[in-house]
Amino acid sequence: MTDAASDPPAPGAREAAPPAGPAAATIAPAPALSASSDARLELAGSSQWRDVWRQFRTHRGALLGLFFLLFVTLFCIFGPWLWQVAPNALDVRNKDLRPVYSWLWNGDARASWSHPLGTDQLGRDLLAQLIAGGRVSLAVGWTAMLLAMLIGTLVGVLAGYFRRLDGLLMRFTDLVLALPILPLLLVVMLLFRDPLRAAFGPQTGIFILIVSVIGVTSWMQTARIVRGDVMALKEREFVLAARSIGTPARRMIPRHILPNVLSPIMVSATLGLASAIITESALSFLGLGFPSDFPTWGKLLFDATDRMADFPERVLWPGLAISLTVLSVNYIGDGLRDALDPRIRGR
Amino acid sequence: MLAYTLRRLLMAVPTLLFIAAVIFLLLDLAPGDPMANQPLTIPPEVRAEMRRALGLDEPTHVRFGLWLWQFFVVEPAVLVDHLFGTTLAEGQARILSWQFRSPVMDVIVQRLPQTLWVVGMAYVVGVLIAIPIGILSATRQYSVFDQIGTFVAMVGFSVPTFFTGVLLIMIFSVKLGWFPSIYDTRLRVTDWQSFLQQLRQMAMPVFVLALYNAAQISRYMRASMLDNLGQDYVRTARAKGEPERSVILRHVLRNSMIPVVTVIALGVPAVFGGAIITEQVFKVNGLGQLLITAIQANDLPMVQTLTFMFAVLIVLFNLVADVLYGWLDPRIRYD
Repeated sequence: MTDAASDPPAPGAREAAPPAGPAAATIAPAPALSASSDARLELAGSSQWRDVWRQFRTHRGALLGLFFLLFVTLFCIFGPWLWQVAPNALDVRNKDLRPVYSWLWNGDARASWSHPLGTDQLGRDLLAQLIAGGRVSLAVGWTAMLLAMLIGTLVGVLAGYFRRLDGLLMRFTDLVLALPILPLLLVVMLLFRDPLRAAFGPQTGIFILIVSVIGVTSWMQTARIVRGDVMALKEREFVLAARSIGTPARRMIPRHILPNVLSPIMVSATLGLASAIITESALSFLGLGFPSDFPTWGKLLFDATDRMADFPERVLWPGLAISLTVLSVNYIGDGLRDALDPRIRGR
Repeated sequence: MLAYTLRRLLMAVPTLLFIAAVIFLLLDLAPGDPMANQPLTIPPEVRAEMRRALGLDEPTHVRFGLWLWQFFVVEPAVLVDHLFGTTLAEGQARILSWQFRSPVMDVIVQRLPQTLWVVGMAYVVGVLIAIPIGILSATRQYSVFDQIGTFVAMVGFSVPTFFTGVLLIMIFSVKLGWFPSIYDTRLRVTDWQSFLQQLRQMAMPVFVLALYNAAQISRYMRASMLDNLGQDYVRTARAKGEPERSVILRHVLRNSMIPVVTVIALGVPAVFGGAIITEQVFKVNGLGQLLITAIQANDLPMVQTLTFMFAVLIVLFNLVADVLYGWLDPRIRYD
């Protein structure tokens, strides 16, 4: 079952880097020309990561994506201090306010600077809700992605390194791949929502559930990629050398194997982050995510669809937040893939 | 090849049994009770009798076995009866939906056409758009066309369908009024007018899904074309003096289609699965929408059967993809 046909190349997996003409030319002289020759020598051989960063910088989309992701993350982390309106505070007098920019085309729109992006039908501030929602969405995305990477790397390394485990683990991976994920997610959400909510409180319970459900169902591609790479690495001379001086597996794996499979793991981590954010908002959109007083971007979008004809901004902002975040994460992944590929990097 | 196919088919049996067990056990844990919506005035003994009639008093493994029997023997027998007028399934209990009080398969057959029309059409459209885009992007790598294609593909699989769908409804139904925002299942295509009506109501869901599918497939197509364009046989073909058009279309395209065809085959189960979210957004009452309402209504037999059907399709098309790969590419040998 684990043959070429069932794991096709990731989109663009083997593409070349963006045109490396002028960009590469400007890189060639080392940035520290004025420094002493020792420093230059050190710089030239300093680290692989510096090279990766240099190549990454030439990918304009990836760079923009990185800036946007940083901006969104910082905005969500520090937003509550900058914009001190509680996301759940009801301001019924000021319900259904339009965003302030609607004054541009409609002089007497109901809007107020106290709620720059407007309020919903209960008077909750949209900006504050977007910040709170972003915190949840990003937290779910990151934790679920980390969980998936952890499981995927573990399974992949074990299957690739220990021949005896290979058949069993890969058969298991194939089984999980054959499960229809979204229907099962919905069923699991339905089943375990109430027990977990009772055990950990409504928010933590659902958070644990969503994160583990997304993590447990999205590690398979990583496991396959890592397994393939580990199997190839095992045949290399440096592994043979390490083994011939008696390195046991528990030292071999963290020292020699893992650092060398880091790049495929990082690339699939970005894809995992993007799909975790999308899955969380899809669950919220289908009404099986977080409880309704607990905003996430998907939930905000879902709640706003009923009245989108009158208040399009309530759909637009959460939707844009999800789409732009996922887009930038995907671009970062694209750039990383090029930057981490040594065949491309040298050019 | 035949031996390989047979071996794979045999191996699919334990896989499917495992998946069936996972689905069944998961749903067996469900807190929902099919009797929950019956009036409280029903005396306990009648309630127990009703549970017995539904077969809920049996132990789990017996119910699992009975469900498998119904799924793999009774329902196909019903189909055969229906096609050939035989009476194989006479008197056999079928899988009943708790929600509709009718056999699950009957409801599925009612819903299948909508899903096939909308989601299937979107898949076909997506593939038809993706292949030329992939070819052009690869042959003119880094051109303006390629850059735009890359960007659109990125956007296509980054923007979730529930946002594109809602956005399209906002623009084309609410503001411009060109397309209806709700899919009308009762519409019968009888003349030109109703055909146009059907096209109009299909336009938006098909566009949303086709964009998503085309984004993915065009990337595979481009990557595969680029792989092949660097091969020696391409240089040979060019050196023979073959025109560029035939180098691309006859030599490179054929070889590049091999992985893409398998990717396309792997995507087919998703068509039957119905795009749960898109169907929900445009109110298409297809299989995806059936599943989500069944989950909300606690209709366990329906959820079990639908989820398992999707799993069967996934396993089947994985097999088809592998066999196709071996058949199209004689360099791949499975034995």
